[in-house]
Amino acid sequence: MPPLIAPRRAPAARRQAWSWRSRRVRGVAYQVLVVLAIVALAWLLVGNTLQNMRLRGIQSGFDFLAQPAGFDIGEGWLPYESIDPYWKAFLAGIVNTLRVAIIGIVLATFLGTALGIGRYSRNALLRGLCYGYVELFRNIPVLLQLLMWYLLLTEYLPLPNEALRLGNLFFLSKNGLSFPALQWESGHWFAVAGLLLGGIASGGYMRFARTQFERTGRPLPVAAVVLLLLLATSWGGWLAGGAPARFAFPEVAEFQIEGGAALSPEYLAVLLGLVLYTAAFIAEVVRAGIASVPQGQHEASASLGLPRARSMRLVVLPQALRLITPPLTNQYLNLTKNSSLAVAVGYPDVVSIANTALNQSGRAVECIVVIMAVYLTLSLVTSALMNRVNQRAVIKER
Amino acid sequence: MLKKTIPATWLAAIALTAGSLLAGPAHAGKTLDAIKARGQLVCGVNTGLAGFSQADSAGNWSGLDVDFCKAIAASLLGDANKVKWSPLVAQQRFAALQSGEVDILSRNTTWTLTRDASLGLNFTGVTYYDGQGFMVPVKNKMTSAKQLKNATVCVQSGTTTEKNLTDYSRANNLNIKPVVFEKLEATNAAYFSGRCQAYTTDASGLASIRNKEAKNPAEHVILPDLISKEPLGPAVRRGDDEFFAIAKWVIFGLIEAEEYGVTQANVDAMQRDSKDPVIGRLLGTTEDTGKLLGLDKDWLVRAIKATGNYGEIFERNVGPKSPLALPRGTNNLWSKGGLIYAPPVR
Repeated sequence: MPPLIAPRRAPAARRQAWSWRSRRVRGVAYQVLVVLAIVALAWLLVGNTLQNMRLRGIQSGFDFLAQPAGFDIGEGWLPYESIDPYWKAFLAGIVNTLRVAIIGIVLATFLGTALGIGRYSRNALLRGLCYGYVELFRNIPVLLQLLMWYLLLTEYLPLPNEALRLGNLFFLSKNGLSFPALQWESGHWFAVAGLLLGGIASGGYMRFARTQFERTGRPLPVAAVVLLLLLATSWGGWLAGGAPARFAFPEVAEFQIEGGAALSPEYLAVLLGLVLYTAAFIAEVVRAGIASVPQGQHEASASLGLPRARSMRLVVLPQALRLITPPLTNQYLNLTKNSSLAVAVGYPDVVSIANTALNQSGRAVECIVVIMAVYLTLSLVTSALMNRVNQRAVIKER
Repeated sequence: MLKKTIPATWLAAIALTAGSLLAGPAHAGKTLDAIKARGQLVCGVNTGLAGFSQADSAGNWSGLDVDFCKAIAASLLGDANKVKWSPLVAQQRFAALQSGEVDILSRNTTWTLTRDASLGLNFTGVTYYDGQGFMVPVKNKMTSAKQLKNATVCVQSGTTTEKNLTDYSRANNLNIKPVVFEKLEATNAAYFSGRCQAYTTDASGLASIRNKEAKNPAEHVILPDLISKEPLGPAVRRGDDEFFAIAKWVIFGLIEAEEYGVTQANVDAMQRDSKDPVIGRLLGTTEDTGKLLGLDKDWLVRAIKATGNYGEIFERNVGPKSPLALPRGTNNLWSKGGLIYAPPVR
């Protein structure tokens, strides 16, 4: 935000070259001292640790990252084998963490926004439900929620050979959720190209609809047309690519469900737990954002004849977004960091992998440093991205 | 602004990690003095593994691993109860020993080259010869671990178990999918809920878990295949040879006591009446072996009085008449066809 009051500038004549009485010089000196003190403290701690480790014959260093890890990882998107080096195991863990964090953030945002807007519904039942949801989920520790979902999934779902099923497509059991997996073929690239074309076309249409609306004041249907455009172009591309549709179907084997794609109960428990927990907080953030928009804005848009839903979308939410974005960033960071609890329910996220690596290699300090570096990087990247979003949402002074 | 804060955050991060290792004393070789000054031996044990280390409702610990700490405490301090128990999960155990949080780690820990050579600790001997096995539900009708193709297997992290499982899966082309938990309780719960087709850990651990955690132990069977060698034993911090020697020789002494028939019940009578020079050395009536270790001549008598000899410890905690009902097998004395062997106390 731009400063409200312009900083007072000292008159040019009073500027001096160097003096302890100069506030600027003292400021710099203090900063240098603080930095030196921090560096000295870090030096002392690191030196002491290294010396102690040497004394006790504990080996240290990051060279172990290049050695073969020797353990398997239960699930993941990154192809990984036990003969791969440690760094690749860590990478597989990071991908697993991202798999929870990114999908979790998207789902939690949708659910949280819906719940937050629901708190302003005219329907008392809906309002009460949203209120109850928020109070229930944000007041139970997230670790308990994860354990509860995992218990529900593993204890009460049937064994794989008697799985709940939807035709021969979806199977829900203690093994998780199995579903048909599309076999990727080159023809699918045509569908992707079609989708891109559709995206460009709908961008053009949206601009046209906007100018039309500004000129005539009559709104054109946007959502339906865009959806149709996207569907039509991607379907056309898929047909042009030879309509490839080979699926790998899950099958019930002796002890479990094989083939197809599957989401393990560990992943589902982590995702469900984190999304439901974080959505409660996001709902409150959204509610607070909406509450911050002056009542006059609601009334003004109503007097313009805007229906309630459109008034919310076009007038209130854009203004609320300014206040929503910074605390929303916190919730995204929380979700990412809370994903480290996944180890409690056996999901192989980066912490779980580091735990195993730590034990196999004995490099405790190094593995902890890797974990910290991963979360620090993830958090900084998330805040950097959200700061960009925030910059777009702030009041533009014209 | 963001860019400027990165180095400071980094330094703080490193400092924090380093701080965790500062907890212990920086000098080595003073463990014995510290124990005597404290009047207590701090012993790292398993958080709960029936037969090995387990606390009852009154907070009294019992088990095979626990008894070796009691024997050492009796030997050093004259009282088997002067032990502070420090229950540790698998990942904590080595850091706890390295940092000086515990004096001795007696927590069903496998002796391997990597651990011996790179973790700053010394293994004091083998108190239980084990091997990694699999437990499966009886209703799956498996008879061999080779049938676990594509199976999901529950395993606790922070052990040698994960690597053995992976090696076995690779060697036999089984494509086993591990589900790894941090806590023993979570691993147990996942297996007994049916999430995994098998549970893997040391065979003794499986027997303990089946006995204590299963609703009906008869519904689970431990497969005969052992896929690894797991010699379990206590470990002490490296750099204190005096304490290392004491821990080692208390264990050897208890083994030798069994070999020569000295038991908890007859140790007083033996000390009084025995004319056997070997027993004389063991019980300090002829030669003072304790002096060489920095202890007094009754060091082993006190240990035997506290816990009994090796055989008695085994029988009481895990043997055929205990709830675990493990056969003596490889853990019998060398003279009876097993592997338990102690260098001579002389």
